[in-house]
Amino acid sequence: MTFKQWFHRLGSPPYVYAFGWLSALLIAYGVFGGLVLAPPDYQQGDDFRIIYVHAPTAWMSLMVYSTMAVAAAIGLIWRIKIAHAAAASCAPIGASFTLVALVTGSLWGQRMWGTYWEWDPRLTSELILLFLYLGYMGLRSAMDDLQRADRASAVLAVVGIVNVPIIHYSVTWWNSLHQAPSVMQLAKPTIPPSMLMPLLSMLLGFTLLFAALLLVRLRAEILVRERSASWIREALHP
Amino acid sequence: MSDTTTSASGQGHALSSPFAAAQLMVARDIQLALRKRGQIVQPLVFFAIVTTLFPLGISPELSRLRDVAPGVLWVAALLSSLLALEFLFRDDAHDGTLEQHVLSGQSLTWLMLAKTAAHWLLTGLPLSVMAPLAGLSLGVPAAATGGIVISVALGSIALSLIGAIGAALTLTVKRSGALLSLLTLPLSMPVLIFGARATELAIKGSSYAPPLYLLGAMAVLGVTLAPLAAAAAVRISLE
Repeated sequence: MTFKQWFHRLGSPPYVYAFGWLSALLIAYGVFGGLVLAPPDYQQGDDFRIIYVHAPTAWMSLMVYSTMAVAAAIGLIWRIKIAHAAAASCAPIGASFTLVALVTGSLWGQRMWGTYWEWDPRLTSELILLFLYLGYMGLRSAMDDLQRADRASAVLAVVGIVNVPIIHYSVTWWNSLHQAPSVMQLAKPTIPPSMLMPLLSMLLGFTLLFAALLLVRLRAEILVRERSASWIREALHP
Repeated sequence: MSDTTTSASGQGHALSSPFAAAQLMVARDIQLALRKRGQIVQPLVFFAIVTTLFPLGISPELSRLRDVAPGVLWVAALLSSLLALEFLFRDDAHDGTLEQHVLSGQSLTWLMLAKTAAHWLLTGLPLSVMAPLAGLSLGVPAAATGGIVISVALGSIALSLIGAIGAALTLTVKRSGALLSLLTLPLSMPVLIFGARATELAIKGSSYAPPLYLLGAMAVLGVTLAPLAAAAAVRISLE
């Protein structure tokens, strides 16, 4: 079976439901743990609970962009078309994650810093990430020839990868308003387990959600690109 | 890999290095651009007009303008360099010369570096000379002239290089103005941030070395990596 057929199968029921349900379970535990089980923060009280949406979506925005850039690079170097299809499917999901991260962060900032927006390095570079996603989707839609659209947007995705380490390290490189890393440290995390566990569960849940959404989109993308292939005609009209 | 070219006198020269090809390309681009002086002057006039808009829109008070001058100068410089990017590949792509460059067997990366260098000499450098004049109209003290010239000259190197990638990617897209901006501006934001910071420090009279070093670092990063990306993008656009 080719890669395309394998991804098509993975994106179809029942396999994709496995991703979806597992993701829903993990997110449900994360939400319950974050809203109910975790104790209130000594400084922020209950306001900090938005971290259970904000931090996972922010991590996902970076993870999805990295996935997109790697897929784009694979497509550019080895000319594997499914890699381009995967990158194209990642982009809208990543843009949505970035938007949610920015909006939830903005709401949290209003409570914590007194302002909906602040031009500090992390927020600015996350906004640039959103523009990169939109630029990727815009470039892809501006070109009629599919192969040229694939390759041109792949170059853009690879060029934009430089923004990902900038976002990640912006809080250590600059005196930023945004909080320094407390989970992704080499030393023991400074956050207690009762708060950490729901956070990790949400992160894993969102990752599986991304996988499920990616597979569904990828399946549709494969169907569109390979619509004249014999294996699709057999699958649709058995 | 050597290649032969003929000069106007019909003598054959063997090009023994990509650097020689790059030199020829720079000379050619500058010579061609000097025949269409409008293309060089228009972005500068646009820059002057945009810097005029801000006092009209904000306030004619020089003290207030001096506060916003770094940002205004740099946003105007960014926008006019975007405008000038249209001229980078357009003529060569229209008459097929760009295809000949790709097929020539010379290192396309070096040729892209050469084209971008010529473009910077024709747009970024004049812009860095115009910027202090526009600054004077915004109440910037004359002592800051040196700092403004250096920071705009250095920053526009990175702007030309990043813009070359965007221009190469949107070669085949009709009416690509907005898309080119959408692709180029996010990547140019760091240049804007540090360039404006350098200009602000120069206006205050303090040392503007730290942001200048970062602008230089971005220029070096651009010089090493951007021509590669631009060459790949040109090949993709012309496939």
